[in-house]
Amino acid sequence: MLGKGILKGMGETARNFFGSYASEDRLVTVQYPEQRLPQIEAMRNFPFLVFDGTDPVQGLRCVACQICEKECPPKCIYIVKDSAKKPDYIGKLQFQPKVFDIDISVCMSCQICVEVCPFDAIKMNVEYELSSSDRFGSLLLNKQDLTRPNSYFHKIHPSEAAEVDGRLQAEKEKVQAKARLEAEAKAKAAAAPKPTPAPAPLTPASAPA
Amino acid sequence: METLEQIKTRVELAVPGASLTVIQNGSPCAQHSILVDNEHALEVARFLQQDPQLRLDYLSNVTGVDWLEQVLQEKSRSRRVIDGVEREIEETTEKRVPGYLEAIYHLYSMELKHGPVILRLRTSDRAKGTVLPSLTPLWRGAEFQEREIFDLYGIRFEGHPDLRRILMWDSFADHPMRKDYVEPDDYEYEPTPHDEVLERARQHYLPRT
Amino acid sequence: MTGPDSSHTHTDTASPPAWRRPTYELRPQAEGDGRMLEISMGPQHPSTHGVFRMDVMLDGERVVKLKPVFGYLHRNHEKIGESTTYLASMPYTDRLDYFCSLTNNWAYALAVERLAGLQVPERAEYIRVILAELTRLQNHACLGGFLLQDMGASGTPLMYAFREREKILDLFEALTGARMMCNYMRFGGCRCDLPPGWLERARALVAGFPRFLDEFEALLTGNEILMSRTQGVGVLPRELAINASITGPGLRASGVNYDLRKADPYGIYPRFSFRIPLGDHGDVYDRYMMRVLEMRESLKILEQALRDIPDGPIIDPKAKIRGFRPKPGEAYARLEGPKGELGFFLISDGSPNPYRYRVRPPSLINLTVLEDLCLGHHVADVVIILGSVDIVLGEVDR
Repeated sequence: MLGKGILKGMGETARNFFGSYASEDRLVTVQYPEQRLPQIEAMRNFPFLVFDGTDPVQGLRCVACQICEKECPPKCIYIVKDSAKKPDYIGKLQFQPKVFDIDISVCMSCQICVEVCPFDAIKMNVEYELSSSDRFGSLLLNKQDLTRPNSYFHKIHPSEAAEVDGRLQAEKEKVQAKARLEAEAKAKAAAAPKPTPAPAPLTPASAPA
Repeated sequence: METLEQIKTRVELAVPGASLTVIQNGSPCAQHSILVDNEHALEVARFLQQDPQLRLDYLSNVTGVDWLEQVLQEKSRSRRVIDGVEREIEETTEKRVPGYLEAIYHLYSMELKHGPVILRLRTSDRAKGTVLPSLTPLWRGAEFQEREIFDLYGIRFEGHPDLRRILMWDSFADHPMRKDYVEPDDYEYEPTPHDEVLERARQHYLPRT
Repeated sequence: MTGPDSSHTHTDTASPPAWRRPTYELRPQAEGDGRMLEISMGPQHPSTHGVFRMDVMLDGERVVKLKPVFGYLHRNHEKIGESTTYLASMPYTDRLDYFCSLTNNWAYALAVERLAGLQVPERAEYIRVILAELTRLQNHACLGGFLLQDMGASGTPLMYAFREREKILDLFEALTGARMMCNYMRFGGCRCDLPPGWLERARALVAGFPRFLDEFEALLTGNEILMSRTQGVGVLPRELAINASITGPGLRASGVNYDLRKADPYGIYPRFSFRIPLGDHGDVYDRYMMRVLEMRESLKILEQALRDIPDGPIIDPKAKIRGFRPKPGEAYARLEGPKGELGFFLISDGSPNPYRYRVRPPSLINLTVLEDLCLGHHVADVVIILGSVDIVLGEVDR
């Protein structure tokens, strides 16, 4: 019968229409500003810089090595290295970026900078409500806009942050163990030529914590 | 499928006067290719397309490549008697390899499901003699791809039925995929934090404003 | 313009030409007034799926000449690929065919793996197959919707298809962090492992998808309007399809049994049992049916892959993220993308950037026969013929 296919199709649209009142499977829209979907852990939008501790200047993990600047496909990262080394939050002397800008009107959220960073200093943020009336100025994020504490990283990407913290902790312990061994060796070497009981200024406790 | 050496022997028997060279490929996939002289390229290609053992009826890909002029330095050692003493002398000879443009055709067989047989055609130089025979009369699949190479590399394909620019606009003069192509500075630069880009754009618009 | 005269034609009397450009015979003068109308469809036209223009010469309602014009979205992707590192090109491949970013990623990764001789671990191969088939599902479902949209069925089929696509994109987002620009594959494996619960969600989706397909087919396949609009329209003969390097569902609709998953297997496709649907007529309806049938075969592959996926590493330990420099050489790799054969050709000179980076875009090459398909048909049919060829301008223009 001619028109049978059309009637069948109409039946299908009717089923979908009335089904949308009964089944969540058929009604998938979310009324966005009022309703929001749950945050997905893997989601990424634009990068941010992680700092440890409470001071965003001292705790910044970034050491201005400029690898991300070179690897960034659309070249949206701009870094100027500071001239002098500064102590970071564990007291180690490191370079820090004097200027760290990301032009998020150019950034394409590809996550390459995160992957190439050897210091776990740059991570992907999940903020997406970034609209502004100014096309250039407010889409150019500077160091201040970009820094976020490690606790924020834990909040948005818990499992990745836990993994990173574990890795950094293990590295730190390795460095500490090495420093301890070196200190012990030094103490021994210092102790060897002098038979008199040497004072112990270089005990393991003095290694950087 | 036969090896390239076997194909070469058979082609040279079937197309008198054709000179074919097997070009080795250093990568682990070992896709070697055949360099064909330009006068016999169409006949060789017709043979490959129609030969019942090969039946390369499907042209998958046409690639243009720009090879700039290279200066190869070869070091040679020789022993010579100078002032009555035999000495070893190191000599470096410079060899100039003239630049050329190349079109690479990847041929497969849909009927016999084998491949690829890779054909290479080379122009005599990069300036005036950038002419190659078109294989579009045999494989229509080359039509747009050869047009693209004409557009982006400037190889003129003799015998192409409709050789026009395909991606750039008709009044565009240069060939952007060439290695020595210089970007025009009237490009509409987006402001980025990269000073050199902004500076170039500023310099360009300076005289007019 | 520096080229030769474009009216230059090949004169070879030794053997008949391998293909012939079609011509449309004009109606006798008595029927019409013999005057032609030249119109420019596009570049801003809702039916052209992007910024794409067709210069159409019309004799009444009939198309007598049609020249596709494109390049409006040209950004010289290949040049960008040559001026960045191998890794930095990966996110750019997402933007070729933005519907199928994961198969683009895979094709590029495949070419680099051949160039550098990297081995992909078992689990990563399974993940790649699962993602590629999910990509095929959402691409083909949307194509069905778009085709119907082009035919005038505004909204309904397209929205049904998009509803299913959303579920697949949710899966992509949970795994890769992005819905469309996934940037997920890496040379020698994948970027990250599946999050917990992902496989269960994927299995649930695959189990529920046949219901959508049945509904979609009930809505469309037997619809008399669709049949009368598409059957016998835009017929692509088998010989021309092969000669013009048409690939993908458009080729198989013309009855050529050539699917790279079977003909030139890559990854772990030989392990799965599935069939290749083939068409008889090569018209628009067949091209639509190919997509529907391919979705059903993709579901079979997905069921097997989701059942068999092993545990293990997801990336080759030899693969390097920083300082990746393959040895000099070249490699061509291709795979069966949803739109057709997607190939990448790379030449390395030992530096961190490829010396030559070439994309073989299926969308562009499938457009070669657009004029042949449209000649003699009504101007309204041009829209659905273009829709059935399935192009994405991000890939055509690159």
